[in-house]
Amino acid sequence: MIPLSKPKKGASGKTGMWRTEKPVLDKERCTNCLLCWVFCPESAIYRTEDKVEIDYEYCKGCGVCANECARGAIKMEEE
Amino acid sequence: MMYEIRFHGRGGQGAVTAAALLCRAGFLAGKKGVQAFPLFGAERRGAPVKAFARIDDEEIVLASQIYEPDYVFVFEEWLIEYAIEGLKKDGWMIINTKKKPEDFDLDCKIATTDATGIALSNNLKVAGFPVINSSILGAFPKVCEEIKLEHITQAIKNYWPGDIGKNNAHACEQAFNATEVKE
Amino acid sequence: MLGREEIERKKIKEEGTTVIETGNHAVSLAAKFARADVVAAYPITPQTQIVEEIAKFVENGEMNAKFIRVESEHSAMAACIGASATGARAFTATSSQGLLLMHEMLFAAGGYRLPIVMANVNRSLFPPWNILVEHSDSLAQRDTGWIQFYCASNQEVFDTTIQAFKIAEEVNLPAMVNLEGFIMSHTHMPIELPMQDAVDRFLPRREHLWKLDVDNPGTFGSMSNPEYYVLMRKGIEDAMKEARTKILDVNTEFEREFGRKYEPIECYKCEDAETVIFAMGTIGKESKRAVDELRNEGVKAGVARIRLFRPFPEESIKSIAEGKKIIIFDRDCSFGKGGVLSTEIRSVLDKPASSYVVGIGGLDVPYTTIKKCVERANGQKDEWITEVHP
Repeated sequence: MIPLSKPKKGASGKTGMWRTEKPVLDKERCTNCLLCWVFCPESAIYRTEDKVEIDYEYCKGCGVCANECARGAIKMEEE
Repeated sequence: MMYEIRFHGRGGQGAVTAAALLCRAGFLAGKKGVQAFPLFGAERRGAPVKAFARIDDEEIVLASQIYEPDYVFVFEEWLIEYAIEGLKKDGWMIINTKKKPEDFDLDCKIATTDATGIALSNNLKVAGFPVINSSILGAFPKVCEEIKLEHITQAIKNYWPGDIGKNNAHACEQAFNATEVKE
Repeated sequence: MLGREEIERKKIKEEGTTVIETGNHAVSLAAKFARADVVAAYPITPQTQIVEEIAKFVENGEMNAKFIRVESEHSAMAACIGASATGARAFTATSSQGLLLMHEMLFAAGGYRLPIVMANVNRSLFPPWNILVEHSDSLAQRDTGWIQFYCASNQEVFDTTIQAFKIAEEVNLPAMVNLEGFIMSHTHMPIELPMQDAVDRFLPRREHLWKLDVDNPGTFGSMSNPEYYVLMRKGIEDAMKEARTKILDVNTEFEREFGRKYEPIECYKCEDAETVIFAMGTIGKESKRAVDELRNEGVKAGVARIRLFRPFPEESIKSIAEGKKIIIFDRDCSFGKGGVLSTEIRSVLDKPASSYVVGIGGLDVPYTTIKKCVERANGQKDEWITEVHP
């Protein structure tokens, strides 16, 4: 075995369990600018035909997306 | 007799400090051998964490993790499935919950206390996160004869001198009174 | 900065009492009680708390020392060397990669014959990243001319650090006190603190035999011909030999003053044993439980925990091992040769011994695993244990 790791979904398990607050996207306000998609440190936001979706299985609830969203379309809500 | 205690919480809830406080309480109760240590790895807020404490009359020679605890503390109900692993047949599970011991169908003795509610009512929060370690420890004297409530509250006050210690000790007493047990 | 009264109050609360603290805190307290003059250190997990605490002691006035912030461990050791060369009592602490970065300077400290004391929190080496315990970092510094101790409890860490200053200053060699990452550095255990005046009695101020002095100029370590070089190198080896007996004297003196007994090797039920386990650190301590259980099952086992690795206590090892079956546990590996401790012990034995490499990268080593190894050891081959419950 050599110390070379490859990116893989969920290598640390279902990290969504760590969340205390979850980001909720308001698609009406969303302009699909993709800032959240760029900034999500966990790649838990992915692009879809209809703007973006949040993968709650892996989103740790850090709130970076809500903070970055220029339109205020993402709000953090208590779990 | 050696007591082996395992704590299951989430990063930020104070499981590591709970272990440190309990071993200090054990020392105040006259136990010569006490030990508390965390399982390090993911030191991240919200991630599941484990901490361990051993309390004995003699100096403790063990340094390994605890695989068959006498007591487990469960800071959130969803951690029960991890906490039950290896718990001795006559072991105690101390759960932070609003529910009663009767509401759980588990193959062990159960104590419950609403540590989160008590911590919040005493405004014990760090970065908006309820810190429930001092509260949940209040349940321990109900299930372990050798460690008394005053040992735990004294350990808390020694650990945090001043008002912080007093508030935490108060929460601990409240949790003690609110603890329900089922053998 | 605390006021004089506050410092006095804190001292009275602390001195002569038993505190429950982590291994890291034991180190910081020992540096304070030993009245280190200069501390130059760089933080690294799992040692950081040592440096933080000492910085706090210096900042609030509890410790009358100069704390030097440095940009690397290499510089930390360089600063300690400079301080010690002027006659100051110098202390530092590091771990793992930090110790590796110091490597060059470790030889300098040993070669200059400076009594610097360092705590090393044993941690695995990169790559891949791992912050948990392993003895490979300090064993890789085996040949640097440093005295090396390996501890198994926080009390022992405190006591050994105090002793290390005395031993180092008596034989003019630097001394390294090793404690295990997390298993000790972050584990709360009781530590009985002495009275400051007792420590002062045990560890008086000592004039260095040689030091840098502007009124009496001199240079450390300038160019040397082989004729002199060989004598200086032999001097290090001779000092190590001298340290063997000095350490025993210091152990005796320490016991007289503080009532706690230490020996280069801690033996547990070795005398009538048929099988003796050799190990360092907490594995040596955990083995006591394995020994008790093995004896209940009719296997006459004992454990010899090696506390002193340099100078290597050869004669004691020979006499403990005589007529016994030997099993050696290593939490380290010299790739291409196997466990370092095994290699060293085998070099003084005239018979085969079993060798296990265990606990690599902080893999837990419960007494049940130690017991299993003892049960299946046959002295024929070396084995790596790669699971917690093999």
